[in-house]
Amino acid sequence: MLDLPHARSADASGNEAPLPASFDLRNEAEAAGITATLQQLDQELIGLKPVKDRVRQIASLLLIERIRQRAGLVSSPPTLHMSFTGNPGTGKTTVALRMAKILHGLGFVRRGQVISVTRDDLVGQYIGHTAPKTKEILKKAMGGVLFIDEAYYLHRPDNERDYGQEAIEILLQVMENQREDLVVILAGYGERMTNFFASNPGFRSRIAHHIEFPDYSEAELLFIGELMLRERGYRLSAAARKAFVDYIALRRTQPLFSNARSIRNAIDRMRLRQADRLVSDLDRMLELSDLETIDSADVLASRVFGGGPVVDGQAAGSAK
Amino acid sequence: MRLTQGCFSFLPDLTDDQIYKQVQYCLANGWAVNIEFTDDPHPRSTYWEMWGLPMFDLADAAGVMMELAECRRVYGDRYIRLSGFDASHGWESVRISFIVNRPPQEVEFELLRQEVAGRSVRYTTVRRPPQHVSP
Repeated sequence: MLDLPHARSADASGNEAPLPASFDLRNEAEAAGITATLQQLDQELIGLKPVKDRVRQIASLLLIERIRQRAGLVSSPPTLHMSFTGNPGTGKTTVALRMAKILHGLGFVRRGQVISVTRDDLVGQYIGHTAPKTKEILKKAMGGVLFIDEAYYLHRPDNERDYGQEAIEILLQVMENQREDLVVILAGYGERMTNFFASNPGFRSRIAHHIEFPDYSEAELLFIGELMLRERGYRLSAAARKAFVDYIALRRTQPLFSNARSIRNAIDRMRLRQADRLVSDLDRMLELSDLETIDSADVLASRVFGGGPVVDGQAAGSAK
Repeated sequence: MRLTQGCFSFLPDLTDDQIYKQVQYCLANGWAVNIEFTDDPHPRSTYWEMWGLPMFDLADAAGVMMELAECRRVYGDRYIRLSGFDASHGWESVRISFIVNRPPQEVEFELLRQEVAGRSVRYTTVRRPPQHVSP
């Protein structure tokens, strides 16, 4: 079934086997791999309740569609184009990358590759350059997910002869005509995406799932921070943990805060300070616990506690 | 006269589903898939016009089918073929090639014999104007 480009007319097997009158939902869900996929999503992503809810709904729809198909009822492939909006660092790119895996696991897309592009990859530099460029990308994304980061750059309202409009038109056409072949995910910061959709109503209506990524709470940020540290092979001492809680509370109120990305940067700087602290005393013997423990001094040395704004080299516009 | 060239030439024309599967097979093998068209399908006319560039880094055949649909829209009155080029060392040649579109009125060829010295015969395939024009 997965090898066919489109949902073909009911397969031959439907005619031979007698139609079952009832279906065991649990067995069906496990056979489709939905239970495992959703569990994994729950464990690996912190917070993001609206996102998880929507993924669960999509997965449920797939399951019911499958059963409906077997029961001989009318079934049509759902529209899966999505738009992710939210503040910097709320996990839009991360979820998009994971979404391809999920959709592939659930059999929504045939190959499951992710083609991640920005304006530069779609829009050409001279007349006649844009269409082939956009089509080239679309062809590569067929059977998988096309992820357009900071999609609002496609539309330049100040220049009506901008080639971005051409790319938008081709995208819309393919999104409409080849819904079964490709899932398009647009991502960007909330307000600018709203403006983008306002000037391109066709886009808004062709996207079935508008998912808002909420800011993380302090508890979630702490959890994310500890998870990142664990991944890097560090842990916080009790005092450092307390300091880190204060750090998060303070940092959130300061300008240019970008959620999980700020936490990641803070952790990288804490590692620098820890290494510096260890190296500053060359005469002592290091224990294994010294190497993996972040102390409160490493956290408290941050400029956040000095009251001044932190300049950590991350402008609000950079999404990488 | 039904033109027969390349693979599957003695089978009925492939349906789009069958073409899709063949293309997917080519892509899975890492071959570059080309769409070519011509109005002169003479057996000696090896080089057909290319529709766009070879497609070799696609994951799914749907991209090729999209281009094929576009090519059929523009050149539906010509012969169109798909070919898969294997660039790997030792092959470096076309591994598969089959016709995916025919004009409503197929071309006609005729075999001319010419006796030359020593009673040997030279054969020439020439194209002739369509004979069986359907009313």
